Amino acid sequence: MTIQEIENQLVDEFAAFDDWLDKYDLILDMGKSLPPIDPKYKTDQFIISGCQSKVWLHAEFRNGKVNFTADSDAIITKGIVSMLVSVLSGQTPDAIQSADLSFINRIGLNEHLSPTRSNGLASMVKQMKLYAMVFKMKS
Amino acid sequence: MPFDISDIRADFPILSQAIYKRPLIYFDNAATTQKPLQVINAISDYYLHDNCNIHRGVHYLSVKATEAFEEARKEIREFINAPSTHEVVFTKGASESLNLVASSFGKKFLGPGDEVITTIMEHHSNFVPWQIICEEKGATLKVANILPDGRLDLEHLYSLITERTKIIALTHVSNVLGTINPIKEIIAYAHAKGIPVLVDGAQGVSHMKVDVTDLDCDFYCFSGHKMYGPMGIGILYGKEKWLEEFPPYQSGGEMVKDVTIEKTTYNELPFKFEAGTPNVEGVMGLRAAVQYLKNLGMDEIHAYEDSLLKHAVERLSAIKDMRFFGTAPSKASLVSFLIGDIHPFDAGTIIDKMGIAVRTGHHCAQPLIDHFGISGTVRASFAFYNTIEEIDKLADAVSRVKTMFR
Repeated sequence: MTIQEIENQLVDEFAAFDDWLDKYDLILDMGKSLPPIDPKYKTDQFIISGCQSKVWLHAEFRNGKVNFTADSDAIITKGIVSMLVSVLSGQTPDAIQSADLSFINRIGLNEHLSPTRSNGLASMVKQMKLYAMVFKMKS
Repeated sequence: MPFDISDIRADFPILSQAIYKRPLIYFDNAATTQKPLQVINAISDYYLHDNCNIHRGVHYLSVKATEAFEEARKEIREFINAPSTHEVVFTKGASESLNLVASSFGKKFLGPGDEVITTIMEHHSNFVPWQIICEEKGATLKVANILPDGRLDLEHLYSLITERTKIIALTHVSNVLGTINPIKEIIAYAHAKGIPVLVDGAQGVSHMKVDVTDLDCDFYCFSGHKMYGPMGIGILYGKEKWLEEFPPYQSGGEMVKDVTIEKTTYNELPFKFEAGTPNVEGVMGLRAAVQYLKNLGMDEIHAYEDSLLKHAVERLSAIKDMRFFGTAPSKASLVSFLIGDIHPFDAGTIIDKMGIAVRTGHHCAQPLIDHFGISGTVRASFAFYNTIEEIDKLADAVSRVKTMFR
């Protein structure tokens, strides 16, 4: 699926709920289904620190596609990480770099990407795009 | 004066808004308090009618503004019962007051091998400036521990004192634990050994009567915005004998007496420490806040907030797996907690979606949070415009969080 198609699917899933608390129930579920990151990558080398919740991110390049695995110590953050990974993982560096990730805004979760130091999500998105750029340059 | 909660809340229009279609419950007062109309109007009135640069000029507005400004200083002197207005310095806030003392005291009185004592429960603003000045001067920073219930370990604090101790800098009230430190007792002990004491009063002045003469503290610092006044204004109270000795902190207009190319002499207290055009609107707002608090009565405020705290502890303790940080017998109206193993960020986000503003994280007290081996806490801090019903809603929210994350 293209990035756009995956994003649209996510937006549809959330559109079914009106109340914020129901949306967060869904985010929690997504967090639970995030494929686990290899424990050897849960180190300071792969950490993206926010002020409160931590995010670990690992990336590898295979057959022209970037594969991401990630984790967070806060479940809500994990849920949003899971969405970002499902959208960007398995895509080409070009597609990742040009992704506008508007789905976050459309679902109404943009507060989580705001620069309030609360979490590492904004930095994580930046890091994912950096990985894509580096892999593209190297290949 | 009897406490009429609905009258009081009517003075704070910001409290009547809805967040995510739920009524706002503002429990983040330790971060900043809301302002009554009296404070908001004092600020806009100043710009509508009285705005002028002060201490300069002979024209009507200038004289009027100067008088109002110095009248405000007098009222604040009275509010904390300082001996003289020379000892009441307007600053940007508690952080600037603390930086001023650390920097100026350090410049004049700290040298290699000297010692400064602080505590592990300090806000970064009363920790980092001391770290910096100690490093600059080759002095040692010693840190007093806490007991498991969040009280200061007085035995440990006193054991840290040596003949090289030059100052003790500690908080009146912990912004994480709520612990009210026995500062009068500590000051007496320190003075008997010739050691001055600085008190960070940022969380103190809003909750109880503060009498700096009775406390006999050498310095007391606080922010306007944490006591229902505007942001960008604060107070440094310092004993005249110290402030006379200190070199200036910032220089420029206002704090000078004579300026020539060769040499400059400095103005008398308190102006020596008030460089540049002051935050006059802030002073007007702070004055209105002081008047508002005087009207309610600090003792009445203290009693009401105590009842809120008791109710919060009662309702929250009844929830299984609650972990409380700071359970000292003498504490201010705030609770720091974790709900089992649920990450504070997760808890705070859901509580927010239920319309309740709490704060999560390390609350600018990383050494303290590290001491507990946690990533942060959820903190609900109460003011005199909060209600028992709001606390009940918090308890419901906490139960809801528990269910969501099971």
